[in-house]
Amino acid sequence: MRAMESYMSIGSAIAAALLWSICAVAADRPALKAGVFEPPRPAPELSLEASTGGTLSLADYRDKVVLLGFGFTSCPEVCPTTLAVLAQARKRLGAQADQVQVVYVTVDPQRDTAERMRAYLKGFDPTFLGGTGTPAQLEAVRKNYGVMAERKNIGNSYTVGHSSSVYLIDRKGLLRAMMPYGRLPDDYVHDLRVLLSE
Amino acid sequence: MSRRKWPLIPAIALGVAIAWAALAPMPESPRREQPFVIPEGTWARRMSGDQVDILPQQIRLTLGVNDVLFLKNLDTVPQTFGPALLMPGQSFRLPFELASEYQFACSAHSSGQMTVIVDPYPASPWGRLRWRTLNLVEAFGNKTHEPKS
Repeated sequence: MRAMESYMSIGSAIAAALLWSICAVAADRPALKAGVFEPPRPAPELSLEASTGGTLSLADYRDKVVLLGFGFTSCPEVCPTTLAVLAQARKRLGAQADQVQVVYVTVDPQRDTAERMRAYLKGFDPTFLGGTGTPAQLEAVRKNYGVMAERKNIGNSYTVGHSSSVYLIDRKGLLRAMMPYGRLPDDYVHDLRVLLSE
Repeated sequence: MSRRKWPLIPAIALGVAIAWAALAPMPESPRREQPFVIPEGTWARRMSGDQVDILPQQIRLTLGVNDVLFLKNLDTVPQTFGPALLMPGQSFRLPFELASEYQFACSAHSSGQMTVIVDPYPASPWGRLRWRTLNLVEAFGNKTHEPKS
């Protein structure tokens, strides 16, 4: 009986220490400019066709900070702006830019082939990676991240309204934060430096 | 006091209230958060047909006063809360540093959009008066937080 009690107190002490260390780590984290998820969860995995050929999987970039965005190559305003901001942020990071991977997943699989995405993204930064797939695959990815995409017909053509935030995934593959559309390159540089320093 | 002077009392009270609203220092909060919480059982209530509106379609924040949007999901299922998908027990803390109007895609609202208006810090007496008047109107205003058609 006494042994049971001591096991229970040791267990409680370990649980308390674990809780304390989790809280201490959370409290020590420097503030980000992006919206922060607390506690962070593992970023949902992708298994899509990469714009460079082969399979696009987040697990391949575990040692890098990943900036994950959603959009389409025919987007008139939001996507070009976002991608230009991300390209600027990478430039301003200097030598640390190699530790950052931008991944852009299409919300328009009908038009965005891997080849088309590669050509489009290269215009912003040759290291940017695109991801495409079947409508069902892409819908599953969007659901996992809480991303909205809605096709709107315009005459004989169409556009796609979509969420415009960019997700920040740390080196451990945790979904740490979400940067809203309209933030400046320096906001990304600040947050990337924080995440890269961990 | 003569009856003629009675109307002066509310006028003086109004004047004092306006002077206070214009000149009193702004409230200070170290966290500067504007919290919105999904309580436990929200999903079950929605499934049973209740219309549960927790997050306003339009949120007004003020730099230096409440410029951090804080969302927390206390329900037992994942919830799309404004621009973020939150797991049970998870929170999302989004700071704003620039006064502007921000649009977010949000499937929780029928319009598919949520607007966050961030006002500049009301440094002038006129700014404080406007800020307190807007707060008062919001406090007595649209309780459901959904726009009136």
